[in-house]
Formats: sequence, C-alpha cells, structure tokens
Amino acid sequence: MNKSKKPKIDIDYVTKLANLELTPKEIKKFSKQLPQILEYVGKLSEVDTKNVSPLAHAAGLKNVWRKDEVIPSLTPQEALANAKETHNDLFKVKAIFDAEP
Amino acid sequence: MRFDKLTISQARAGLKNKQFSSTELTKFYLSQIKKKDAAIGAFITITGEVALKEAKNVDELITNNQELPPLAGIPCAIKDVICTKGIRTTAASKILEDFIPPYDATVVAKLKENHVVILGKTNCDEFAMGASTENSAYFPTKNPNDIIRVPGGSSGGSAAAVATDMCIWALGSDTGGSIRQPASLCGVVGLKPTYGLVSRYGLISMASSLDQIGPITKTVEDAAAVLDIISGHDPFDATSTNIKKQEYRKALKVGVKGLKVGVAREYFSQGLDGGVRKVIEKAIGKLKSQGAKIIEVSLPHQEYALATYYLIMPAEVSANLARFDGIRFGQPRDHFGDEVKRRIILGTYALSSGYYDQYYLKAAKVRNLIKKDFERAFRQADVICGPVSPTVAWKLGEKVDDPLKMYLSDIYTVTANLVGIPAISAPVGFSDGLPVGLQIMAPHFREDLILQVGCNLENG
Repeated sequence: MNKSKKPKIDIDYVTKLANLELTPKEIKKFSKQLPQILEYVGKLSEVDTKNVSPLAHAAGLKNVWRKDEVIPSLTPQEALANAKETHNDLFKVKAIFDAEP
Repeated sequence: MRFDKLTISQARAGLKNKQFSSTELTKFYLSQIKKKDAAIGAFITITGEVALKEAKNVDELITNNQELPPLAGIPCAIKDVICTKGIRTTAASKILEDFIPPYDATVVAKLKENHVVILGKTNCDEFAMGASTENSAYFPTKNPNDIIRVPGGSSGGSAAAVATDMCIWALGSDTGGSIRQPASLCGVVGLKPTYGLVSRYGLISMASSLDQIGPITKTVEDAAAVLDIISGHDPFDATSTNIKKQEYRKALKVGVKGLKVGVAREYFSQGLDGGVRKVIEKAIGKLKSQGAKIIEVSLPHQEYALATYYLIMPAEVSANLARFDGIRFGQPRDHFGDEVKRRIILGTYALSSGYYDQYYLKAAKVRNLIKKDFERAFRQADVICGPVSPTVAWKLGEKVDDPLKMYLSDIYTVTANLVGIPAISAPVGFSDGLPVGLQIMAPHFREDLILQVGCNLENG
C-alpha cells in the first residue's frame, strides 16, 4: 500500500454498496474524516503477518450443530408487529418490477 | 434504613430478613429516578408499572416463605441495546424509536426467572457505537461526578444510573470497552465476561465476534452475583460456549498471596495521563502489599490493537446493520446518526473487493498475533493489570468533532474483546476529583481470578 498518499475512499461507490444515502453536507464531512481514520488503521501494513492465519472466533469454536427439529418460534402476528405495512400476514415492500397492466 | 448505597448483597439480606419489602425498595428507586434523572439523563424508558408488579410478586414469595432466587426483588436497569419483550427497545437510535421487541433477550429471560425488578432501559451511544454516550440520538448522559463531563460510553446510562443510586445494578454491553470505560469514568465496577460466556441472543448486534453483555455494579461481589445468573450456554446463540458452570462467588474469598500480577510496559507509555498513572501504580502497589508478585510482561502488538479493532469492528457492523431496512421493523436507513454511518461506510470499504485483503484480512491476522501476545504473557502472569482509560472523564462536546480522538479513548480496552478474554474495571481512586478504574484481565474463562483480585482491592 502506498503510505505517502492519504488513502482515498470513493464514498459514492461505498454508500451504494451499503445502501446508505448521504446528504451533501454529510459527504463533505465524511470526505474529510474517513481518510484520516483510514490512514490510522493503515499502519497495520507495518506488521509482518507472513504465515499467520486470521482469527475468527476467540475461543476457536467451529461448526456448532443442532438437531433439525422444529421448535416454537414467533407467531406471524408477533413477527409482523413492528412492520410499517403488512398485507395478508406478509411484509409489504416496494415493488421491484413494474406491474404489467 | 438507607435505601440508597445498597449493594445487591445488602438488599438481598434485607429482603430475606424482612427488614423491608421489594415494593418499598422499588418505590424508593423509582423516586430516585424521578428526583435525579432530569439532570443526568441515564434512562430512555422507565418501566414503573412493570417494576412494581414484579416487586409485588416477590413480596408474595417472601410472605409465603418461598425460596427467593439470588437477585429477586432487587431493582436494576438494562442498557437499551438489550431486547425486552413488550418494552420499547431503541438502541438509542431514531431507527428503533418505536420498536417493541416480540421477545426477550436470553439474559432478560434469565433475570425474569430470577424475579428481578427492571426499572427501565438506559441510554447509550447509538447502536453502542461510541465512548461518551454523546452519540445517543436522544440526549447525552452526564457524568454524576461532574455533570459537565461525559460518563463514558457506550454504556454511559447504565454506569451513571448505578453511580447515582438510581438502581442497585445494571446490565451493559461491551464490544471495545463499553462496559469497562464508563465504569471507570463513573467510579463503579464493570465486567466484560469471556466471549461466549454470556448469551448474545437478544443483544442488538454490533460486532458479532466482539460483543458481550455484562454487569455494572457497585461492588465486585455484586458483579459476581450477576454473572452467576446471566452466564451459561444458550442454544439460541451458536457462539456461546458450553463449559461447566462456575460458582463465581467462591472466588471472592481467595487472597492474592503469591498471585502473579502482570504489568505491561506498553500500557504505561506517553498517552497515559500522569494523574491516572499515579492512581493505577498505587493500586498495583496495594496488590503487592497484599502479597501479589508483580511481574513485567510485554504485549508487543499493543500499538496495533486499536487499528485492528477499528477495521474488524466496522466490518462486522456493516454486516450487522444491513438488517435495518425499514421494512420489517424500524425507520429507513437515513435515520442513522453520523457515527453509525461512518462505521458502516468504513466497514463496507474494508470488506469490498480490492480492499478486503489489505484491510479486513490483514486485521484478522494481526488479531491472531495479539492473541499470541496474551498467550505468552499469561504463561508468565496469572492476571494482567493496567489502566482502563488513558484519561479521566472529559468535557461534553470536547471530542465529538474528532472521531479519531474519540477512538483513542479505547486504546486499553479493545484488546480484551479482540482476544475474547474477560476483563473488569474496578474503581481504585480519583485523579483531579474524577474516578479512575483499574483494568484486570485474565485468560479465557478465568473470571474467578479477576473477581479474586478485584475483591482484594475492594476490601483490603
């Protein structure tokens, strides 16, 4: 990684990936703050990690299984209780495709 | 009878001996909240009716001379990132301002089995992201020791509530120091258990490999009492560990003679405030006078811990907060606050194609090196002691405009989360009139050692 240049972050692209919409004011503020943070975390490039494996679970837990049995869960009413719009016991979402007349 | 300043142990004794009722206790604490919370801002939601109903249940148990579970009838508060069925849970965000969980977090279910009295939900940084509780979308919480200062974060509400006797104990959550740091800044006890010891089911997830729920209490003995109840394997949390249940209260009686206390030179570098340093050194000196052996250890990758954390954590945050789609629950994503948006963006970037190896994967490898540092250190020492926070509580507004400056407050606490080891903040003194906490860390599942050392400091 080039250490002499301040890291650049394509905020438009990343916010699209993250499904976030920023106001112009936010874009301006984050465009200043984020490269500073990236520069700080970039110091990890100094560390020699040759032959080091990445760490995921702190206690090394792997592949936790359970029996494939159905147990009581939320009722449809409970599951839908916090939704803004529902229809026939379903979550209502914005249409992706336009309806054909 | 003084109802404030009561510990869990004292409250339990008083209830068992019928010196007072749970209803009297609960009414008192509700009035404390009414009196004090306008100035402190510790609570987002107060659940007076629910609390008094449970208190009445407990009083009936007592009247009928029935078995009283260890925490029964004792008023507590719960950080608002922990789901409570039927009680609004906001994560201190506008996103969840009218979210009513249809289920209890496992820890809440355990507390309800214990007939605990829940006074309300406490304020925190939005989605637990912050070190000062200033990121709450509702209002900031004030430090009870000086109300122009921050209580720390993200569990600032819980810490302030315990410190001002608005409850006897509280639950917080800790991803990078969010229990320990506010405990240190407010002068109370805060324990982050070993990763996997306490179920995360029902904890609004921040960083799945780092989050843990833990107690914030007035004494180390009380922390042990809460840990006894909330710990344990949970089939609803696949990352919870299935180890034999320990009785933490047994550890409280053990002295520290011969115990090897590791002190890492990397924790006493430039960034540590001189006044804080003095208090920490005095506390370590106290352990020495109690018979502990002080051993110098080294944690060579300590200088990279914060960078590692601020890559792994945002990456996990970006994944966990994808669920807030404004469809199944909550408001649309534009309702997130600044800090949350910053971390989502950082995390998404660190995981994106072309940057994954350089950032996230690299951090995951350095995380392993940090773990090996601790494995080495714990071969020489039984526990490792040092500061929790590089400074005492700072003024409200002082760091909000500089995210990186705010992140640096976590410098001593993030490692315990990265490695998964347990750590406590125990109040050991004051600097410039403000509380200072000592951090005690131990190997995985050795909360007993932490409680042992903490108790000796408290009672010695």
